[in-house]
Order: sequence, then C-alpha cells, then structure tokens
Amino acid sequence: MSTARHNLISAPGVATHDVEAVNDAKKRKLYKKREPIYPKLVHGKFRLAKWVFMVLALGAYYFIPFLRWDRGPSAPDQAVLIDFEGRRFYFFFIEIWPQEIYYVSGLLIIAALALFLVSALFGRVWCGYACPQTVWTDLFIAVERLFEGDRNKRIKLDRAKWSFDKAWRKIGKHSVWLVIAAATGGAWILYFHDAYDTLSHFFTGGSPISAYLFFGVLTFTTYTLAGTMREQVCIYMCPWPRIQAAMTDRDALNVAYRVDRGEPRGAHKKGESWEGRGDCIDCKACVAACPMGIDIREGSQLECIQCALCIDACDDIMKKVDRPTGLISYDTDINIDRRHAGLEPIYKFLRPRVLVYAFALAIAGSIMLFGLTTRASLDVNVTRDRNPNFVQLSDGSVRNGYTLKVINRTHENREYRIAIDGPEGLEWRILGQEETRGLTVDVPAERTQDFRIFLTVPREAITASNQSVIFTVSPDGSDESRTAETVFLSGGSR
Amino acid sequence: MSEKHIDQETGTETTGHEWDGIRELDNPLPRWWLWIFYACIAWSVVYWVLMPAWPAPPGMQGFTEGVVGNSERVNVAEDMQALQASRSEFFTRLDAAESYDAIESDPALFRFALAAGESNFANFCATCHGAGAQGFTGYPNLNDDVWLWGGSFNDIRTTLLYGIRSDHAETRYSQMPAYGADGLLSREQIRNVRDYVLSLSGGTGFDAAALSAGAEVFASQCATCHGDNGMGDRTQGAPDLTDAIWLYGGSPEQVENSIWRGPFGVMPAWEGRLDDPVITALTAYVYSLGGGEAETAAEGAAGE
Repeated sequence: MSTARHNLISAPGVATHDVEAVNDAKKRKLYKKREPIYPKLVHGKFRLAKWVFMVLALGAYYFIPFLRWDRGPSAPDQAVLIDFEGRRFYFFFIEIWPQEIYYVSGLLIIAALALFLVSALFGRVWCGYACPQTVWTDLFIAVERLFEGDRNKRIKLDRAKWSFDKAWRKIGKHSVWLVIAAATGGAWILYFHDAYDTLSHFFTGGSPISAYLFFGVLTFTTYTLAGTMREQVCIYMCPWPRIQAAMTDRDALNVAYRVDRGEPRGAHKKGESWEGRGDCIDCKACVAACPMGIDIREGSQLECIQCALCIDACDDIMKKVDRPTGLISYDTDINIDRRHAGLEPIYKFLRPRVLVYAFALAIAGSIMLFGLTTRASLDVNVTRDRNPNFVQLSDGSVRNGYTLKVINRTHENREYRIAIDGPEGLEWRILGQEETRGLTVDVPAERTQDFRIFLTVPREAITASNQSVIFTVSPDGSDESRTAETVFLSGGSR
Repeated sequence: MSEKHIDQETGTETTGHEWDGIRELDNPLPRWWLWIFYACIAWSVVYWVLMPAWPAPPGMQGFTEGVVGNSERVNVAEDMQALQASRSEFFTRLDAAESYDAIESDPALFRFALAAGESNFANFCATCHGAGAQGFTGYPNLNDDVWLWGGSFNDIRTTLLYGIRSDHAETRYSQMPAYGADGLLSREQIRNVRDYVLSLSGGTGFDAAALSAGAEVFASQCATCHGDNGMGDRTQGAPDLTDAIWLYGGSPEQVENSIWRGPFGVMPAWEGRLDDPVITALTAYVYSLGGGEAETAAEGAAGE
C-alpha cells in the first residue's frame, strides 16, 4: 500500500517506522501462520494508566488470598475463599451458602450490567485495560522487552542466527514467563483452600490433586495465552468483540483517528508548509505501538482492544512536529462523521441506553445490598409428609408428620425454641429427642438440622380437611424469629 | 472426482462437489485444529497401551489389559467392599442393640438405623405395606398406634423375625373362623353381630333387637379372642373392635364380609432371609414411624 521507504525527516527524533499492520483485515489470510507483532514501547498518559492498573490488578490478585478476616473458631479466617469442601463462599463480611446461589447470580448480573454501562460510555475499556488477557500480555511483553530490547532489537534478534547472546535472552525470557505463569496458577489455587496452609503443603506434595491440576492448567494457559498467543486470543477466541457490537453505539467513546485532520497524509519535511495537507505524516508510530497489529487509521475494527497506546505514540510525534496532539484520540462515531462534514462535535453522555443500564445496575445493586444486609442468621423450612398424608389413630385423632429444617448460619452452636400454632388440643412429639427437653432443639454452628415432628389433633378439633399450622423458630434468648407455614391434613371432620 | 475446480471469487480450490450450484471451498484446516487432532491420535495410542482397549484371545481374559491394569469391575467390587466395611461397624452396634432407646440415644447409630431401615423397607416391605408404610385394606398401616401383635421394639422385632401365619416354626399364629362361609352362623346372625360390633366404636342407628341378638352371638362366639368388651387381645393378634381403625374396612358391608369369610392375613418370616442387624434396623424404622410403644414388663417377657 505504501510507497518506498523515504528519508524525509519531519523533526528531530521522528522516524518513519518500517512496519506493517499484520492484522489488517484486508490482508489477513484465514489460515496463514501467525505474523509476530513487536509492539514498540510508548510513553504517555495512557501507558502510565496501564502500568498503574497492571500493578493494582496483579497486586490484588496475588495479595488477596493472604488477607485475613476473623469469623470465629468454626469458620476459616481467609477474607476471600471459595470453600468447595465446606460448601461456602466467603468474601470479607459476605458468606454465601449453596442454597443462596442467587447471590452469586446477583453478583454476575451486577458485573454484566457494569460492563454494559462502561461499554456504552467508553467503549472497550475492559479489553484495553482490565481484561486479564490484556494485563498479563502487557506484563509478558514488558518481560520480553527487558530481555530482548525494544521493537527493532527484537526483530533483529529473531532474524539473527542462534548465538549465545540470543540463547540466554530467549531462555531468560521464557524462564521468567514460566515463573510468572506458575505464580498465576499458584495464586489461583490459594483462593480455594487456606492460602498459608496450601503454601506449606504445596511443595511437599501434600495438597489435593485438584490443586496441582488447576495449578498446571493455569500455568499452561497463562504461559501460552499471554506469551505465545496474545492478540490471537482477542481476535479468534474471545466472544466479547462480537458481543461488543451490540453493547456500544455511535455515541460511545472509542479510540479513533481524526480523518478530517489527518488526511491527506504523507511524509513531511521539516520546514515544509502544513497548508493543503493533513497532520498525519505517515510515520506509522501508531502501527508500531499496536499490540494487536492493526492500523487505527482505517477506522474502528473488531481487532482493536482500545488500549490507547497509539494515542500516546501519535501524541508524542505531534509534539515533536509541533502540531496539536489528539490526531488519534478517544472519539465517537457521530463526531467522526460530524467533523468530516465540518460540524462541531457533540457529546451525549446521558443517552437512553446509558440511563437504562445505570438504572438496572442501581436496582440490581440495591436488591443485592438489601439481601446481604438483611440476610438472616436463621432460616426455617418445613415439609409435610406426603406418604401418607395423614395417619388415623385409634382414638379418632389424626396425626401428621413434618420435617422441620432449621439452618443455623451463625458460627456458634445454638439452642432454638419452636412454637407451634395450629388446631386446638394439638399435641407434638419430636422424633429422637427426650421429652424433657420440650420444644427446644440444638443446631450446631453453621449447620442445617432436620427434625421429625409429629403433630396429633384430637377428633373434636378436626374441623376441616385442611387446617393451618405455623412453626415459629427463635434462638433462645433472642427476639429474632422465623416462621414456616404448612397445613394439617385429616381428610375432613369425623 | 472431476478435474480441479477453482473458485473465481477466492481463488481457492473447491471440493469438487456441487449441490444446487453451491460448491464447498477446500480450505486447509486451521493449524491449531490439526495440532489438537494429531495430539488426540497420539493420545489414543498412549491410551491403548495404558488402558484395556482391544479384543484379545480368551487366554488373555478376552481383551488387552493395559499397563495400568485398570478394571472398572474390580473398582466397583472394591468400592462395594469399602462401603460394606464402613457400614460394618454400625451393623455390629445394631446387632448389640437390645432396645429402641439404646439406638435412639446414639445419634449416629439412630441415623444409620433409620436410613438402613428405610431403604430395606422400600425393598422388602413396601410391596404390601406401601411406600410410606400407610398400608392398604388387609395390610396394616404401620404409622398408626394400633398393633395387632404389639408395638414395642421387641414385639415388632419378633413379628419381623418370625412373621404372621408364616411357615416359620415360631410364627405368630391365630385364626378367625369363617363364620358365614363355613356355615357356623346364619346370615341374619352375622348381620346382628355386625351391627353390635359397629356400635362398639360409636356406630348408631341400629335396631335394638338386632343389637341385643348380636351381643349374645358376640359373647358366645367372639369374646374368647376379642374380649368381653371387644378390646381385642394382642397375644392372639385379635384386633380391638372399639377403636377407629379397621384393617379390613369399617363400612357395614366390609365388616359383614370379614365376619363371613374370617380374615387370614399372612406376613412372611424374615429370619434367615435378612441379616439380624438389618431386621433390627427395620424394627427401629417401623418403630420410629410414629406408633412405637414402650416396652412393658409382660410383653418384654413374652417377646423373649
């Protein structure tokens, strides 16, 4: 597409890069070998933002398993723990039991809505800054740069014959990659068992087989996805770029090239007039910086993860050639068109889509918050025997059997008092419990206990085939209580 | 296959087939796909070596055993053995249990007994007594508080061991005469005694003359087993006729029919067919259904 290499120098320190957008959709063949991409290091505010976010995200990932949170003697003290064996999910003050899986659904709904909202406002910021694939790839590229140098040195090294210098650089890079990958897999398993415990057992072979399995899988995927596959994951494996098309609109901010300002592009010699030409000097610094191997000047594309590194690269050049920065910047599709037509750019942040996402997010968030703050430490549930529905006794009275489930979510053994409200003259019996204890039952800490309760109603009190029964359970010495409603069946009065 | 056909649009060779004018491009497979494909082939060879895979002559068990020597059949057998071993402790304790209280006071044993009892009940007892032990006409409901032969732990266990009117030497046995079928009483006498029996459990609206005639027949024919006041006798399995429970139905027709033909309910003996601890577990389960009774001194002695 381009002319032969030219040696026109627009400003000191501005060089034209010998680079091709290897993932340009027009040139890309479906089944050809992956073209290696050598992203050039850029400096600027977006690069800085990405460094900061990388440190925060990776720091959180590696550090969180070691945070402690006191929950008393019967529960683990790891702040964030997915305890499959104990069937609990702990997240600081939140504790989720299997029957409360809807909290996890709520969490996922909130995450999805937040992603939609952010996408509607700022486009693919998730892909560009926060996605683990992006963060780890960025880290792996940094390691690569450390051993092999920046873009040009890496290209040269790859083309060079094998030598001691090439060997130690390659071995060093892959070793550090492997260490990072192993640390990634290693940190992953810390979320599923006590972190300190796992660390002390892991190296002596004392951890469960699943720990080693997941360690292996995560190490392997981190190494291959961030080290060798990189942009291919985003282009071929990830569904999000496709979904993204439905999540964004013409008012969303995307990394874009200002066609109106940049064209017609062309080489520029220092001192030449800028009249009658665009600001783009076709130095290809944006392409050289791109970790996805595309040319942003061709417009918004599926392959673009919106990491904004081309913005930094271009701004740097614009400063050097003394033109205004922002030739590549966050822009909306509408404004690209408007600028083309010579109209003033407009920004509409409060669009129906944004409002709907924000509203839905607020609702889901408040429901979740309400649920979590009012989560009871006690839950009861009653199931009536269905086979038989009722038992006729010799004196004309009728007996029903019930299974009362009492869930004690506190971290201490508790005594509960059961009150039964039902037909007059009702008599009760709890299977397997001494009569002297009456209607007081014990439930160990963090346990669900079933109680078989027989209720007998005398013949005179049977007024209908279906009479209401209410079990009220309250912890001994507390006002808190939970009720469970059911019925007493008798087949009608006798 | 005909000669090569190149697609104009893409410059790619087609497979040579044509369906309604549509040709399929013969694109090469993606590399990653091929790698996975080759890896699977390589793995399958490894798998043949490691695991049972190929038919072989009967001298080799009929199949290649594989280096690892894995056998699902052996695994299942081992699992079953491990399961039995894990249960054997409980069965030993059940075997030693002399009373319901002894089982109930040990929560782990109690849970085990009820679970074992429930599953064995479903296997062996539910056919006649129903899945919920609710019984049917002629087959007692085991949830209620009425027991023909006693409802204490030992009584229930004795019934389970030896059965009722079974072929076991120590079976519980009694027989009610077929008053009508064998011509011992006339149809009218049977109807009179039917009315009298129904009146014992609160039935009203009967003819006074019939009642007194029925009472006479009852005193001479029925009271020997069912007692002077019709309260029954557990040593003979004679039901209480004054309560609200009717094994063979409480309608006038059903009661008349019972007197006419003389019911002869049979329950098989389970001794020898089920292990003793299993019978104990079944006893505990039936006892726990709601009708279990405390052991009385006399019954305890009788049950020995």
